[in-house]
Amino acid sequence: MFKLKCDDFLIYDEATGTYSMSAEQQVRDETERNRWKTTGLTILKDWRLYLMLVPMLLVYLLWRYMPMTELLAAFKDPNSALLVEDQQWFGLTNFQALFFGSQSFWFWQAFRNTFIIAFYGLLFGFPFPIILALFFNEVKSNITRSILQVCVYLPKFMSTVIITTLAIVLFRGPREGDTSLESVGIISKFLMMISPSAELDATVANTSKGLVFSTRYFRAIYQVTGIWEHGGYDSIVFFAAVIAVSPTSYEAAQIDGAGKMAQMRYVVIPSILSTVVIMLIMKIGSLLSVGFEKVYLMESSSNYEAADIVATLSNRWQEGGGGTTLGIAAEMVNNLIGMILVIGANAVAKKASNVSLY
Amino acid sequence: MKRKMEVSELIFKIVAYVLLIAFALMCVYPFLYAVGSSFSTTPNVDGGKVVLWPVGFQADAYRYVFTRNEFWISYANTLFMAFIGTIWCMIYTIMGAYALSKKRLLGRKGFNFFLVFTMWFSAGIVPQFLNYQTTGDILAGLAGTEYANIDQKWLIIIAMGMNATNVILLRNAFEGVPSEIEEAARIDGATELQILTKVYIPMSKATIATVALFFGISRWNGYFWAQKMMTNQSYSWPVQVYIRDFIDKHTYLVKMPVDGDDWASYAPLGYDVNVVSDMSVVYAMVICAVIPILAIYPFIQKYFAKGVNMGGVKE
Repeated sequence: MFKLKCDDFLIYDEATGTYSMSAEQQVRDETERNRWKTTGLTILKDWRLYLMLVPMLLVYLLWRYMPMTELLAAFKDPNSALLVEDQQWFGLTNFQALFFGSQSFWFWQAFRNTFIIAFYGLLFGFPFPIILALFFNEVKSNITRSILQVCVYLPKFMSTVIITTLAIVLFRGPREGDTSLESVGIISKFLMMISPSAELDATVANTSKGLVFSTRYFRAIYQVTGIWEHGGYDSIVFFAAVIAVSPTSYEAAQIDGAGKMAQMRYVVIPSILSTVVIMLIMKIGSLLSVGFEKVYLMESSSNYEAADIVATLSNRWQEGGGGTTLGIAAEMVNNLIGMILVIGANAVAKKASNVSLY
Repeated sequence: MKRKMEVSELIFKIVAYVLLIAFALMCVYPFLYAVGSSFSTTPNVDGGKVVLWPVGFQADAYRYVFTRNEFWISYANTLFMAFIGTIWCMIYTIMGAYALSKKRLLGRKGFNFFLVFTMWFSAGIVPQFLNYQTTGDILAGLAGTEYANIDQKWLIIIAMGMNATNVILLRNAFEGVPSEIEEAARIDGATELQILTKVYIPMSKATIATVALFFGISRWNGYFWAQKMMTNQSYSWPVQVYIRDFIDKHTYLVKMPVDGDDWASYAPLGYDVNVVSDMSVVYAMVICAVIPILAIYPFIQKYFAKGVNMGGVKE
């Protein structure tokens, strides 16, 4: 008769031709049955450790996860009852109204602006700190470099209110009745001096609120102040990667006859690539969420066309009294796309270079 | 061959120096300009004659700012919220990060995901606002009062400023502490809390300082939620909200006066418009709000550089 090869958990009795459970297996089964008890005991014995975790979990639960329950409102009929819990389910009607209804113009405008602002931020804001780090590597004197670094990190520590206030004031237009344009902000004046564009002069002259609140110049100012604010600080991490390159690599490249550009191409860039990839993932991950406060402080009815983003639109709908539901739906769409972007970027990076953030 | 290499290097070096110095000047100039303008007289500020140094000296802009009670109250509010808020965030972040750093914690992966998910997806501004009202209502009930009566300062201190990145930063630092030290402390009879306060916290001082500074700066700089939740509580405003409100109400920049009346009569000013420009007052406020950060900036700067590099550490 065929004998099963499973002696470690079954014992074959030759005489009767039957199998019976081994002692070891009985012990193992017993342990398995009592696992919940041991688990419980481990937790109980370690209760202090778990107690330490509780406040943080509670805070995150209350103010990060509980808001997500409000998202249900996006699927309910706002007119059927006052409280969201009592409202009737509405299917995707709210989303239909958002995408095609009477308010859809505002949504698509904000959606487009969100992507444009994010894309420009990536295009100009991402390479800048890398270049800055490469430049810092050229400054061999520690004192000079420290002084320069202290200067370029400074704007990062200023609040959004301070930065937008300075931007508004420095890019301001003329006082009422000032035709000679003497009272414009110093940067507006500087731009008018270096640029022969008549359009710029006209914009400055016509908007007393200044260039920040003009449709035409909002995006440029937003990106420039963004680079001004974050560029220096973001270069820290790249600079750390650049100085980690061993001097012998440069020497070897020099002996092989590599010029400065060749050294960059074959020594520096490959060594900092993994840092660049990680930072790129982080940047893409926060692509659609950053800058809400800044846009909020820099927009007014005169530049909605270029400045309005989904979050500010949703906030305005809520403050204006109507359309809380539509606003919630709009932001949900925006944030879901953001989430897909970060997970996608992470997956691509993992595949391409074995670097993963999460 | 050798000569050519040196030329390319020299050119690169010169370009690097020139651009770096230009950018560094750009970063500092607006603040210097603000100082200069805040001390200049109206014709010079409005006539665009100020470039760096004060032209036609006056100090009335600062006198005006210093005599505003609201300004000092908002200043005190900011200090209070930054201080208490940082302590509160640090307490639960240190304890949570410590627990998460332990391999023996069951469901560690799940808890980590619980945190990291908040970095990927957030409910959005309006749901958060509705949620703050609901939870504020509950907290007010616990405190035995009504939502309308509670000081929003406290709600902001408790409910705002959480940051998953900071938790991960601290967790990584705690993971770097050798487990032998913990075991030795345990054999000596130390409890969990003692191990945390006597072993882990002293051994990760630098990271803790960095994380505390991250929390502190974000508290000091916070604007939107204070503005949104304190519409009816101007006595609780932080200084950021006060400055923005001043610009909205007292200058022609953001809100235009209705046609007919000029901006000077739009709000009671309290300073001579012919000597002190509203711009000078704005600059003076900006400088006052920035000074505390500038004062501690040289000392904290190195911690920030450290912190951002630790952020690159991954699982």
